Parts: sequence; structure tokens; C-alpha cells
Amino acid sequence: MSKRIDVKDLNVYYGNFLAVEDVNINIQAKSVTAFIGPSGCGKSTFLRTLNRMHEVLPGARVEGEVLLDGDNLYGPGVDPVTVRTQVGMVFQRPNPFPTMSIRDNVLAGVKLNNKKISKGAADALVEKSLVGANLWNEVKDRLDKPGSGLSGGQQQRLCIARAIAVEPQVILMDEPCSALDPISTLAVEDLINELKDQYTVVIVTHNMQQAARVSDKTAFFNIAGTGKPGKLIEFADTTSIFNNPSQKATEDYVSGRFG
Amino acid sequence: MTATVVRKRSALTKGQLPKFAPYIVLAVALVVAAAIMALIGFNAFGWGIVAAILFAVGLVSWSGAVEGARKAKDKLATCLVVGAFLIALLPLISVIVTVLINGIPGLITPGFLGTSMNGVTGAFDNKAAEEGAPVLGGIYHALMGTIQITLLATVISVPVGLLTSIYLVEYGNDRPLARAITFFVDVMTGIPSIVAGLFAAAFFFAIVGPGTKTGAVAAVALSVLMIPVVVRSSEEMLKIVPNELREASYALGVRKWRTITKVVIPTAISGIASGVTLAIARVIGETAPILVTAGFATTINNNVFGGWMASLPTFIYTQILNPTSPSNPGPSDQRAWGAALVLIILVMLLNLGARLIARMFAPKTGR
Repeated sequence: MSKRIDVKDLNVYYGNFLAVEDVNINIQAKSVTAFIGPSGCGKSTFLRTLNRMHEVLPGARVEGEVLLDGDNLYGPGVDPVTVRTQVGMVFQRPNPFPTMSIRDNVLAGVKLNNKKISKGAADALVEKSLVGANLWNEVKDRLDKPGSGLSGGQQQRLCIARAIAVEPQVILMDEPCSALDPISTLAVEDLINELKDQYTVVIVTHNMQQAARVSDKTAFFNIAGTGKPGKLIEFADTTSIFNNPSQKATEDYVSGRFG
Repeated sequence: MTATVVRKRSALTKGQLPKFAPYIVLAVALVVAAAIMALIGFNAFGWGIVAAILFAVGLVSWSGAVEGARKAKDKLATCLVVGAFLIALLPLISVIVTVLINGIPGLITPGFLGTSMNGVTGAFDNKAAEEGAPVLGGIYHALMGTIQITLLATVISVPVGLLTSIYLVEYGNDRPLARAITFFVDVMTGIPSIVAGLFAAAFFFAIVGPGTKTGAVAAVALSVLMIPVVVRSSEEMLKIVPNELREASYALGVRKWRTITKVVIPTAISGIASGVTLAIARVIGETAPILVTAGFATTINNNVFGGWMASLPTFIYTQILNPTSPSNPGPSDQRAWGAALVLIILVMLLNLGARLIARMFAPKTGR
């Protein structure tokens, strides 16, 4: 239940502004890939092109190919909704639906699409997803309470449970821990380690220790200056990115001698 | 060796007026103002004004002398703000008190809420005024008319207004059409209500026939007034739904229209509902557009699609302007005030309802 992603010659635009230039990357199935780089270098923008969330913003468009197990996400006739059911996403700030209970939040992907599901199957799905997100023990007695009553870390894990409840092939995480305390961060990192047994995980992070801890491969993005497009500088095994980078810019960034 | 400094007052609170200073100044101001007014002829309104001015001058100059310029300016600003608040509150309280005093006798008359004006002639009113017989007639027909016309207007305006605001917020993207709609909604907000009434009358004149006056025509006129209010309030409410919720929904593979109906609207529904209720409260008291579209009736008419219809505002208008008994307008006045009280109670209930709805639908928090 996971697919690989191959990106070929991808340019990402906001209107006429080229935000990310010429990315080529091959993301393995059942692995964790981290994107690192300075703010504004296009990591998040690029991540959002992987499930066509990018085009939700007005004027945003993409040139090039993103292949999910060989199928081009941007091919003619591809429905972005189908893409997003296969490539789930967790956002920077926890965003559970405020009108829904914890249980309904987990079932949101099913219920909002009006799919019929029996109560037993729904209960099983809720338990499976919450167990998968390491949240079951904390919330099993209050599934009918609102999701917004949870702590920030719990909310973020609830969002992860919500994402895995639709059984995607790939999970994208856009700085999932930047709003969390170290303990919640640890919980989410443990979870990422478990998720890679079943899913392809791509994570954007500003925390290089986190990238080193959780990822198998790391991609370093950089930007030449304001108004210039972001570029993929180096993509390699995490150990070699942090210990033996081939590019000078990567070495400067990971060792903190940036700029 | 440590010496304990014993002082009566803390050095940090030096140079402050005592807590009760405003009350002293108020008492002095009231007494002095009363004395001044006694010299030039007493009236309560003038007393209040003079006392307020004396209070502000007294408190500010005392504060300036003891506490310094900054605190004095603070006191002056406080006086101005409180004064503005009292001035704004005065008409409201005055209206409520006047309507209560004049309206309660009408409201507690037996049959006031349950009967219409059918068959109530000037002779009955003359008898009531001259011989003390009970005042006959009531507002049942007007109450029913108001409720039906307003309900129909709401049924027309809410779908139109809500769908318009959804288009503006979710699909408009600043397109020329969206900008045009926004502009015309703004223009519609400023339409005088009589013009809306004339529009509805002319519209039905053209499609049904000359002189068509029914509750439905009035409802159309009221919805012309209501739609811009509903559009504006719903638009604001939809705009403040965080974009993150929409993105979260899209990321789960939910289609846009389902995201709108299942995530965006439920999140905003409390604000939308209270906006709609306030829009109803805004049009329920309209007189002119109903007068030219539904006319006025003295009998019960429960068919909005046929025949003239009474409503509370037009009932008040006709009772005051054309008393049932021209020689003895007293009973008509009493009925008009009673109807005014009922109208105010209706509007208050609607406002309370709006708050209740907002609280009921508000996203719940709690553990």
C-alpha cells in the first residue's frame, strides 16, 4: 500500500513567478524522505505539487511531470480529487474540523465523500487509524468530544489519523512538528518511523536533527536570492547529506555556516 | 541592622485620588447643578446636562491638581466616552419606556392579540371613549400578516443571499462578475425602502396585472431589502472560515462543493444564522414598502397570494393617521401603541433568537 514518486523537470509557478525550478527527484516507496532548506526556498511549494494542492491557490500552475508509480499526476484528464485520495497531507498547523467530534474527524475522509460505511466498520476504522497515529489510548474514552479540545500535539496526531483513515499511498507532511513541544514532536517522530512500514512519507522540516532522526533520504533545497527560483541542490541518503555532502552549499547549511 | 520603615502610605501610590473621588465629585456636581437650576428654573434635563459638565470639569481639574496632566487627560477621556455612551443609550431607553407606558394598556385589553378590526367601527370607539366601554378590536390580522409576509420574504432571500455569498467567497476569485455583484449588492444596501416597494409593485403590475396588492408582493419588496444584508453578513462569515480547513478537506480527497456544504458552511453557520435573524429584524418593521404592495386590511387574510393584507407597521400607521373614530382617536392610539409594543417585542425576540442560534451552532470546545 505505497507507491513511489518520480519527478521529472518540474517547474512550479505562481502566476508568472517561477517559484521552484527544474526539480528531478526519485522518492522510494516505503521510505521517509525529508526536504530541508532555508525559508522561502520552495520546499513546501514543491511538496504541495505532489498531491496537486498547489493549484488550490489562484494563479498557481506547474510544468513537468510527477509520476506516481508511473502515472503522471498532471496528465490530461487526471482528477485532482483522485490524486488527493492517494496522496494524503498533514499540515504545519493542526487543523481538525472544529464542528466535528474526534470520531467524526477521523471518519471525515469517508463521511465527507458520502461513502456508506456500517457502524462496525466505522468503529474499526476509527480504532485502526487512531492506533496507527498513537492516539488511541489517549482519546478512546472521549471519541464524541470535539477534536478542538485536544492539545496541540494530540490534534496533530488526530490530523495524521484523519489522513491515514483514507488509506493513501503516500503521506506528505508540511513541517508537522513546528507548532509542537518536544514531547509531542517525539510522539510524531515515532509515528513517522512506524508509518514508513506501510506508507511512503515525505516530510518538510526546518529542524535538521529531525531530518537526521526520521528520514532515510534527504533533499536539500536552496534559493540564490530574493525573487530567484528555489532549486533542488542535493538529494542523497540522509547520512551522506549530513556527514559527507557533495555540494558546498549543503555542507554550509547543515553545519550552520549558512549565508 | 535592619530598620523597618513604617509609613502610612506606599511610596508607589503617592499622588493618587482616593477611590471614592468620583462619587464625591458627582454628589457635589449634582447639588451645585440643582442650585444653579433652581435659580434659572428647574427642569430635569437641564439638571442632568449641567451636572455632567460640572462633574467632568471638577474631576478633571482635581485630578490635574493632584495626579498630574497625564491622569487628568485620562479622566477627561473617560468622561467623554461615558458621556457618549449615555447619550447613545438615552434614546433607546426613552423609546422602550414610552412604548411600554403607552403600549401596555392596549396589550392587556382582552382580545387584543386574538381579534381583528373586522366590524369595529367608529361608534364602538366613541362609546369606549365617552362611556368607558371596553376598547374593541385587535391586531390578530396584522400580526398574522407580518409573520407571513416576513416568513415568505425570508424564504426568498436566504437561498438567494446565501448562494450569492458562497459564489463570492468560494468561486468569485475577484472575477469581473464577482466584483460586479459586490458593487450591486452595495448599491442595493442603500436603496430606500419605498423604492423597493415601488419596484415590487411595478414588477407585479407588469407580470400579473394592474393593482396587484398581495402579501407576496410585499414579501418580494422586503426580500429586495433583505438580500443585500444576508449576502453581506454571510460573506463576512464565510470569509473568516480558515483556509486551512478547506485545504484539510481537499487533502482528504473531498470535492469542492462537498467541502463547502460539509465543512465551510457548518463552521460558519452560527454567524450566518444570526446574520439572517438580524436581517429579518431589520425588515419586519418596514412600513412604506408594505403599504404600496400589500395595502392594509382590517380583516384576517391568511392567503399571501391573494387580497390585501395587514401588517403591524401599516396597522400602526393607519390607526394613527386615520383613527377608526375621527372624533375620538383615543382607542385607536391605544391600539397603535399596543401594536408598536408587540413589534418591539418581536424584534427583541428575534435578536435573542439570533444569540441563541449563534450559541447553539457555535463550534464546541471542551475536553
